[in-house]
Amino acid sequence: MNQVESEPALAAPACMPKRHRVGLRLLRDKWLYLMLFPGVIYFVLFKYAPMWGLLLAFKNYQPYLGFFESEWVGLKHFDRLFHDPVFWMLLRNTLILACYNILFFFPAPIVLALMLNEVRREAFKRVVQTLIYVPHFVSWVVVVGIAYTFFTLDGGLVNEAIASLGGEKINFLISTEWFRPMITLEVIWKETGWGTIIFLAALSGVDPQLYEAARIDGAGRMRQLWHITLPAIRSTITILFILRLGTFLDTGFEQIFLMLNSINREVGEVFDTYVYTAGITQGQFSFSTAVGLFKSIVGFVLIITANWLVKRFGEEGVY
Amino acid sequence: MHERSLGNRLFGIANGTVLILVAAVMIIPFIYIVLISFATEQEVLAKSFMLFPTKFSLAGYRYILSTPILLHSLWVTIGVTVVGTLVNLLMTVLMAYPLARKELYGRRLILLLVTFTMVFSAGIVPTFLIVKGLHLTNTYWALIIPSAISAFNLIIIKNFFQQLPDGLEESAKIDGCNDLGILLRIVLPLSMPAIATFALFYAVNHWNTFLNAILYINDSRKWPIQVLLRQIVILTEKGLSDMSEAPPPPSKIINMAVIVFSTVPILAFYPFLQKHFAKGVLLGSVKG
Repeated sequence: MNQVESEPALAAPACMPKRHRVGLRLLRDKWLYLMLFPGVIYFVLFKYAPMWGLLLAFKNYQPYLGFFESEWVGLKHFDRLFHDPVFWMLLRNTLILACYNILFFFPAPIVLALMLNEVRREAFKRVVQTLIYVPHFVSWVVVVGIAYTFFTLDGGLVNEAIASLGGEKINFLISTEWFRPMITLEVIWKETGWGTIIFLAALSGVDPQLYEAARIDGAGRMRQLWHITLPAIRSTITILFILRLGTFLDTGFEQIFLMLNSINREVGEVFDTYVYTAGITQGQFSFSTAVGLFKSIVGFVLIITANWLVKRFGEEGVY
Repeated sequence: MHERSLGNRLFGIANGTVLILVAAVMIIPFIYIVLISFATEQEVLAKSFMLFPTKFSLAGYRYILSTPILLHSLWVTIGVTVVGTLVNLLMTVLMAYPLARKELYGRRLILLLVTFTMVFSAGIVPTFLIVKGLHLTNTYWALIIPSAISAFNLIIIKNFFQQLPDGLEESAKIDGCNDLGILLRIVLPLSMPAIATFALFYAVNHWNTFLNAILYINDSRKWPIQVLLRQIVILTEKGLSDMSEAPPPPSKIINMAVIVFSTVPILAFYPFLQKHFAKGVLLGSVKG
């Protein structure tokens, strides 16, 4: 009962000094702050402390000297980065993979959702949905493992099919031309089904009376699609497209790392995999931090711009 | 309701056929791998390629079960998944609930700081140095603590809590319940479907964890199944040959059996949660 009585007392006296009111609120919500505590510690320790560690990019970090004793070198690592041909290779590979992704993967869930939306038998629709969500739950190691099994030169299903049709076998896994198509195909296979969820939800909100009215007016299925279905998901498509642009540089570490080998490295190495190789395996901590920082800053600017664009389009922003 | 014209029916048939093909492309690779994993040694050696085995054997699975390192890594993954998911849920729910209470002082600042981590990350090298500095490397905790809360899931669960009716909390307060009691006795029971969905998402992430494992675990005896799987299937076809006394069956059978072995446990949960997770994904689109 005490708490209930204290509530009006909190709100009423505007004359009470502000600090006092804050103190009362902190006391009243002590349980809530206690609950927040572990989470706040987590974010400070694993998200904000590393941001402070970004200062490494401006130092010459030596593990035996430690973080504080290592010498400041200013923009030396960035200078090296922008003059290094490796940087331009990373930028080119990342951008090309991102373009492949937007051109070929982005439309796939939309098309699939539209097709599912046309299905009249609920049971059939549900079975298809259940099956196409499955690859999303499988790890990249398994997806790449499956790709190896199907595309390998000796005994792989795809190459056997090519050979039996009289074609010449292709070494998909260690060829530079096939690296990008393979990456994109794997993403399409793994995530298209899962990606339909958000579009199907937008479609389920369409008033069935709209379709009925259109039919009475003599609109066929294609015209219904064009005039009712597509406008219903237009804003979802716009938002997702802009957000995708915001995460343009995120090519996904695990998949690319697993598909890389010494032969396809020149087309496959991207920022994320390079930071891992140079930083963690070769110990160039400062330089790889600088590479990572460059990527994070560009990514940040892209996301903020994308969010601003979403709002410009009259939608609610995401952040 | 709708017209049964010839054009419409043809369209429906064509559409259905394409959907069946799409579903087949996504499922057949799994079926193929399960089939080959049950093949016999003779058949794999005799044919360079086969669509399906004509004789069945358990050689691949028997080999896995006789290889301690594989069984051990499976236990590592099971342990990390169970403990990790519990830690995830505890930390996420405990943090999400106070942030869902609009009257909380400092709430906006904390939300802003959490959101910022979603758009700007320090990257793997500084995070690696922190984890190393905390002496977590080469412990199983390195696979659990650095990923204890997903900011994205946190915000979605917070939004979900916000949608619950306020009246319930107030009546509980009048009954003398404190905030922790409200969370445990009122909010959580109402949120079980959403919590189950996020348990699945978190568990899948732990089960499939690869990057954190190669970053933080050097000791091959502590590897989770995904790292070992890469070692066996992708890096070398003979990765296991010196790890067991028994003569190994052709690596192809083992490869397939290991893939099945490492995938089935997590897929086994999927049918039970499927009806919830579409809703869970969509909670994300509700602004709060």
